[in-house]
Amino acid sequence: MTTLNVLKKSQKGTIIEINSDNVPLKLIEMGCLPGNVVEVLQIAPLADPIYIKVNDSFLSIRKDLAKQIQVELI
Amino acid sequence: MKPLKIALIGNPNVGKTSVFNALTGLNQHVGNYPGVTVERKTGTAHLSKDVKASIIDLPGVYSVNPSSKDEEIALNAIFDKTNKDYPDVVVIVAEVENLKRNLLLFTQVKDLGFPVVLALNMADQMQKKGISVDVPALEKALQTKIVLISARKNQGIEELKQVVLNYSYYPTRPVFDLKSIDKEYFSLLENLYPKQNPYKVWLSQTNVYPFENIGNVVSSNAFVQKSDSEIKKLQHRETIKRYQFINDILKETYSIDTSKATDIRMRFDRILTHKFWGYIIFFFVLLLIYGSIFELAAFPMDLVDGFFADLSAWTSATLPEGKLTELIADGILPGLGGVLMFVPQIAILFFIISILEETGYMSRVVFLMDRIMKPFGLSGKSVVPLVSGTACAIPAIMSARNIENPKERLITMLVTPFTTCSARIPVYIIIISLIIPKTYILGFIPLQAFVMTMMYVIGFLSALIAGMILSSIIKADRKSFFVIEMPTYKAPILKNVFLNMYEKVVSYIMGAGKIILALSVILWFLGSHGPSSTFGNAEEIITEKHITDHLTEDELADELAGYQLENSYIGIIGKGIEPVFRPLGYDWKISIAVLTSFAAREVFVGNLATLYNLGSEAEEDEAKIIDRMANEKREDGTAVYGFATGISLLLFYAFAMQCLSTVGVTKKETNSWKWTMIQMVFMTGVAYIAALIAYQLLK
Repeated sequence: MTTLNVLKKSQKGTIIEINSDNVPLKLIEMGCLPGNVVEVLQIAPLADPIYIKVNDSFLSIRKDLAKQIQVELI
Repeated sequence: MKPLKIALIGNPNVGKTSVFNALTGLNQHVGNYPGVTVERKTGTAHLSKDVKASIIDLPGVYSVNPSSKDEEIALNAIFDKTNKDYPDVVVIVAEVENLKRNLLLFTQVKDLGFPVVLALNMADQMQKKGISVDVPALEKALQTKIVLISARKNQGIEELKQVVLNYSYYPTRPVFDLKSIDKEYFSLLENLYPKQNPYKVWLSQTNVYPFENIGNVVSSNAFVQKSDSEIKKLQHRETIKRYQFINDILKETYSIDTSKATDIRMRFDRILTHKFWGYIIFFFVLLLIYGSIFELAAFPMDLVDGFFADLSAWTSATLPEGKLTELIADGILPGLGGVLMFVPQIAILFFIISILEETGYMSRVVFLMDRIMKPFGLSGKSVVPLVSGTACAIPAIMSARNIENPKERLITMLVTPFTTCSARIPVYIIIISLIIPKTYILGFIPLQAFVMTMMYVIGFLSALIAGMILSSIIKADRKSFFVIEMPTYKAPILKNVFLNMYEKVVSYIMGAGKIILALSVILWFLGSHGPSSTFGNAEEIITEKHITDHLTEDELADELAGYQLENSYIGIIGKGIEPVFRPLGYDWKISIAVLTSFAAREVFVGNLATLYNLGSEAEEDEAKIIDRMANEKREDGTAVYGFATGISLLLFYAFAMQCLSTVGVTKKETNSWKWTMIQMVFMTGVAYIAALIAYQLLK
């Protein structure tokens, strides 16, 4: 198991757990939910933020937030 | 009959604005909510021959749980029955492509107890994107009315109006069972507030909405207030449960072949967010923005300028002489010209920005620039205002509106005037040519051009540093997170682009224009009136003084103009303020010129010319005024415009908030005199200190 921020471009993972104290409700509402598959589509040139696809939503989030999301690499 | 009230709600980027535009056309009004910078968009539409409806277009949100103060104030319209925007019926605009996420918001609004109509936008693309929807089954499962529309092609809008008209027949009961989240807790809430809408009761536990009739919690042994952390866990659980509910419904009613849509997106993103090409393309976009507001706007600006100059001359020649004519011809009309002069720049800038937003490109800019701008408290989007600011701060500050995060938006507006706008150029040119020798660095770089470039660098750097300072001072109303959606690429809808452009121009004229006009009339009065003993008798005093000098008519007029400016109220203030400016190396003439250039920086040169009694000549020949300034001596014989004073002036103009139009726009856009004043004091303070240090070190 690892966290979303370490995934490389084009890697996919299943969300296992989300630290609900440090993650805004907005991210959950956009579909970042346990059980969903998340894919890293692109990493910005200076290594932050990252561009992900989850729950049919395309989002850009910073790495410090991605760190709060535990994933299982597929 | 009271007009029907409709609220439009939907996720960002689903075409909600297109629906609003299709319903209202030009019958729309954009204002501000009190105290915040978020736009309040309302309009009227004719639903049928005799039913008029007022429509409020709420800002795009992903849920009814607000993620900023701005969203909270806007969303109040659907919580508070006493709110003037509280709707009779809600239209949820959703996109067929990402229905799952759109329906989360739908179930929340539905549970608030409104009759809800679900408008599925972009229905014309269903076939192309491999989407199929079983509308009757979905209507049944969601207990709502569904209309398939395409705002882009203006399809389904009439049907939507018809369906909305029948709103009173639609069910208002909740669609989602809160007890599936936590049976014990929600049963308890229901018992405590038996006659209330259960979802509102729950929201009142999580937020600070002023719900009607919910007083303090009835004291009950059974009720234990949840901690913030527990509430948050429940909110997460609620979201998960709602998605489960939605997924179960969609499994039966909806299918999509996502590979088709994703393919186009990835092809564009591969280039536009590329670590090298992405920046090159963005650089050219910025060049296009800068070039357009700098070059393209110049011609219409000259037209406006010329028109008002002619109108002013015509007025003073035609109307009977007197105070009123003077006020109109010299005060109001030039002031009005000064307001309208910025319209071409604003229109052009918003034309480009609207296209960048509509196509979805702007979100890619944020993705590329976020890491670079974050340390300065700015958004990736702040690059656009900062670069536009090098042409003019007025449209630039307005363009900060598109920044979603309220704190980053405020900081961007406050620091944008630091960038070197075109009005500073004439001042810089005069002073640089006075104090910087025409030599070359390393034998080939002209020193004067180098200093000019440095002034631009100083402008950008000070904006960034000020951003850093402000971001540590300004408190965010709540912790905000960087979560942005990367929308699907779309061709821009020209109707939206032009309506947005039109609306920005109108709001500038009606909002900032009033303030700019008032300030410029005041400034005109102070500059053209003075005590009767000196100013009032100026003509006699000057004629008498030069009675033996045999001056030409022009020379005499210049002498008179110089004397009048010196003895006007603003001249008196300038002289009075001289002790404050003396440590910066300025004499009273410079002090007056600095003070008067609050109208607009470029008048510095013109007013100095007037004070040196060179008014008419300087207009034709800039070299004369430079020559005169170079030979101007202090009492001790040293040059007034020495190196120290010159650098001090350059720095003062680089930092000082000296543009009443910017004051007007900042007030309009921040919706606060407090921030406007802070900006002015902060910038002028920095300018004073920098100029003081420079002069004292160099003299």
